[in-house]
Amino acid sequence: MQLARVIGTVVATIKNESLDSRTLLLIQTLDKDLAPAGKPQVAVDSVGAGVGELVFWCRGKEASFPFKREDTPTDCTIIGIVDSDAHVNNCRAS
Amino acid sequence: MIIARILGTVVSTQKDERLKGKKLLIVRPVNVDGTDTTGYVVAVDTVGAGFHERVLVVAGSSARLAAGMKDTPVDAAIVGVIDTVDVTSP
Repeated sequence: MQLARVIGTVVATIKNESLDSRTLLLIQTLDKDLAPAGKPQVAVDSVGAGVGELVFWCRGKEASFPFKREDTPTDCTIIGIVDSDAHVNNCRAS
Repeated sequence: MIIARILGTVVSTQKDERLKGKKLLIVRPVNVDGTDTTGYVVAVDTVGAGFHERVLVVAGSSARLAAGMKDTPVDAAIVGVIDTVDVTSP
């Protein structure tokens, strides 16, 4: 799982029927200091996240587990909303 | 999932039994602003996408979870045709 920022929305009318009525959001993965890392990607939303929110997401086959797990083709799903940026605490060796 | 653009088609007569009747397309991942990146993926089309369209590609074992793809030996599937991408913040 990794942290990400929701940076936009994606609209696709023609979808595989197993993705019908799922919300697609554009997310930017963040590093541990909440700076952007890597390319933005499209995620399926399972928690009702909105643009600008800090979230965490799950990759791989497990990404389909919040939905009908054998019938939802997603490799990137938002599975939680972080309460705020201040709720991410890094334990640094001093 | 990634956003990609359809570059072309692949024709294969001799293929796994479970891929019969499936359309294979060459797609190239694109950036959010629509510009091309490098590389390509051969993906199975599940939505009837056409040349040059921007599509949604799911990779890995999740690709075979799409409707009509059960138990197929596939690691990339086109599962949506993108209408719009709206980026609110950078």
